[in-house]
Amino acid sequence: MDIFLQQILNGLVLGSIYALIALGYTMVYGIMGLINFAHGEVVMLGAMVTITIVNALVNAGVSLPGPVILAIGLFVAIPACMLVGFTIERIAYRPLRGAPRLAPLITAIGLSISLQQIAILIWGRNYIPFPPILNQDVVTFFGASITKLQIFIIVLCLLIMTGLLVMVEKTKLGRAMRATSQNPSVASLMGVNVNSIISATFVIGSGLGAVAGVMVATNYDQAHYYMGYLIGMKAFTAAVLGGIGNLGGAVLGGILLGIIESLGAGYIGDLTGGFLGSNYQDVFAFVVLILVLIFRPSGLLGEKLADRA
Amino acid sequence: MTTNTSTRGKMALFIGCAVLMAVAPFVIGSVLGNSWVRIVDFALLYIMLALGLNIVVGFAGLLDMGYIAFYAVGAYTYALLSSPQFGLHLPFYVTIPLGAICAACFGLLLGTPVLRLKGDYLAIVTLGFGEIIRIFMNNLNQPINITNGPQGVNLIDPIHLGDVTLGKTMQIGSLNLPVVYLHYYLFLILSVLVVILASRLQHSRIGRAWVALREDDIAAASMGINIRNIKLLAFALGALSGGVAGGLFASFQGFISPESFGLMESIMILAMVVLGGMGHIPGVVLGAVVLTVAPEILRDTIGPLQMNTFGRMIVDPENARQLLFGLALVVMMLVRPAGMWPSKRRALEFSDAKAKARAQKG
Amino acid sequence: MADALLKIEGINKRFGGLQALSAVSLEIPRGSIYGLIGPNGAGKTTLFNVLTGLYMPDEGTFTFDGQDLFRAKPHKVVAAGIARTFQNIRLFSEMTALENVMVGRHIKSRAGALGAVLRDPRTRAEEAAIRDKAWELLEYVGITDVAGELARNLSYGHQRRLEIARALATEPKLLALDEPAAGMNPRETDDLRQLMAKVRDGGVTILLIEHDVKLVMGLCDRIAVLDYGKRIAEGVPDAVRKDPKVIEAYLGVAHE
Repeated sequence: MDIFLQQILNGLVLGSIYALIALGYTMVYGIMGLINFAHGEVVMLGAMVTITIVNALVNAGVSLPGPVILAIGLFVAIPACMLVGFTIERIAYRPLRGAPRLAPLITAIGLSISLQQIAILIWGRNYIPFPPILNQDVVTFFGASITKLQIFIIVLCLLIMTGLLVMVEKTKLGRAMRATSQNPSVASLMGVNVNSIISATFVIGSGLGAVAGVMVATNYDQAHYYMGYLIGMKAFTAAVLGGIGNLGGAVLGGILLGIIESLGAGYIGDLTGGFLGSNYQDVFAFVVLILVLIFRPSGLLGEKLADRA
Repeated sequence: MTTNTSTRGKMALFIGCAVLMAVAPFVIGSVLGNSWVRIVDFALLYIMLALGLNIVVGFAGLLDMGYIAFYAVGAYTYALLSSPQFGLHLPFYVTIPLGAICAACFGLLLGTPVLRLKGDYLAIVTLGFGEIIRIFMNNLNQPINITNGPQGVNLIDPIHLGDVTLGKTMQIGSLNLPVVYLHYYLFLILSVLVVILASRLQHSRIGRAWVALREDDIAAASMGINIRNIKLLAFALGALSGGVAGGLFASFQGFISPESFGLMESIMILAMVVLGGMGHIPGVVLGAVVLTVAPEILRDTIGPLQMNTFGRMIVDPENARQLLFGLALVVMMLVRPAGMWPSKRRALEFSDAKAKARAQKG
Repeated sequence: MADALLKIEGINKRFGGLQALSAVSLEIPRGSIYGLIGPNGAGKTTLFNVLTGLYMPDEGTFTFDGQDLFRAKPHKVVAAGIARTFQNIRLFSEMTALENVMVGRHIKSRAGALGAVLRDPRTRAEEAAIRDKAWELLEYVGITDVAGELARNLSYGHQRRLEIARALATEPKLLALDEPAAGMNPRETDDLRQLMAKVRDGGVTILLIEHDVKLVMGLCDRIAVLDYGKRIAEGVPDAVRKDPKVIEAYLGVAHE
């Protein structure tokens, strides 16, 4: 039973990170009907920038508490990623609005590759360790253990996501975003500046991505130039699972996917009589993605997409 | 009279091309070295792959980002049946067709569940499918060792028939034909064959049905086209071509591992189709050649160029090459979204879309 | 009506909570021009999509020329002999006019992938026959002069005609036209009327959805009227014209 609980806890940590990234995909999809293939790279850059800043501070002998150093790193990473997100939209998407769908897909892939290569130029091809500045104390309950850091990750994710939902529901910007996602041309007739709303969407999504990137780096104690691809794919799966375009769905999908993956990896050995091992963990996300798209393409919370998919 | 001269002109052009193609490896080999003949061999392999993907993406309009999986299936079928891995050494005329059929079956396997998906969704699912295949290749070395995991399969038999083998330099009279030359001729014949087959398909009842599907699937269904079958046919035929290329790749290399079948390879082949000119066979061939040869030229020039200008290496050539590829994708889509050599119709479609976008903005 | 080509009974179609069609029954006599009219949102196009296989009806029966077509896929419906056009023209815009009609011959030809790559004499003969027939149909609707033009470059009237030619290429027993006169000027409408009469005289039954009540009344042998997903009247034009329920539906007196 404690193994089961442990897997659930691991899944929650993973899942809340997926959820944060999934929000970035789902916001862009909701507004533009496009999958932002370069979003995973934003997450990677968030992790890389933070580690660099943290390392610089630690090496300079700054004697601040770990969380403060991390916060400083984060406050550099978030605007940096926002800028990257803004630029991605400007280069890859805006000039191609109205072009056949393949074109923005290819530009996004091109940018994705370029960003990875730029990351190699700056940080090299090796794993970059996250310096041990954070409290790794373990809390144990019912035989399962979780670090305080992981509890913090879950809580922070939930806070950010709640904040975002409130923002979209209650503020003027949020209303303009919802209007744009319903019908961009009508929204623009009503005085909404569609271009700046789209930019804002990319910027906010990238900010969330930066935070998620840092969480991945702290949770696994490392970052890597190629980390964005897999985590991006999984977060995208989460967004589809929840119902793409639906913010609450992204959160639900992320957490569910995290738990599915974690339970799946824990039990696949038993289920297949030892034939498949936990090294198949990464298959689950893809299998979930394919199953959802086949059986319920609108996702758990999504409205039926008639001709959109 | 005029038809006569034009036929004669075509004949002359044809013979000229044939002669040029026949002597090409000798010219390239003596001027640039045999490593360049090897690169040309790969370009020919990629032509087969890109034309196969073009059936799915270009003709039928189904965005497949996991195409490399079929190449992998063909390659692994050949490798497992013609290598010490299982001690099987079946001849190529069994393993290559078998690999192609296996790949086509995988094509159907992928095609069936995704029949209802379109556009970006289809792209993502096919990408996931490609990844699943790769993860299995990577991990099916235990508990039973089938694929030998990340180490891959080694000592794969070259194509051979009786005493004639493509795995050793062949001597015909005083003429020495190294391995890369022999494969050049084999691949050349096969890629010409694939060009002919693809072109015949395009200009047939089936090809028209694919275009109809791509343009408007509802109208196509209302014209009596069985959408399910025509989609599956596109997936199967595209996969078939990929499977053949995979088998050839395994025999040519003598070694394969999951690393050759990653996402980057799928993107590369998609880029050949898209940057070349989707749905336009000459464009796709051009795309395959340019995207195989250009990186090699860069590999040979980036290093020396840096040494000459800066006196030291600033950017790792491999790194610079990939970065340029990524940027080229972006720039090409912004400047020439229909590709380097689009069919006339495609070019029109894209310029229309651009004009529409401009009108919307303005 | 002894000789009904198409017969539906009690067709229901729901979209979520919306009852788009309720218990609609129709009989279309062979060789007639049959009109389907009704106010906007009455369910005409929904019924049309049910009859052409794009929508699956929830309940009811649907027989056509002796075959059961209830919940049949679009290509089966075409094979049984129903061809259609679309309200918002759906041509294959990147193909030429001739190629569009050639696609319509798909169902009447056989060559598969093997034939395509081998180009055996039979396939070649079939391909030539497809081309000839397509050309003949362009002639029939009178647009051979634009045969080589891309469909999307054609004028509106030409596109409408091309869509009819493409539908006729499937050699239908029933040609279903969804508002073919929409957006046409009086001259084009008149040409269209003549074309429809010619098609009917050639032995093809026509089902016509139309807003232009005058056109329908003048051309159709029988008319059915839909309102709120229900068939409220059916009969010869004169009877339908005088039906109080029809007048009410069109003038919108009783609703709300």
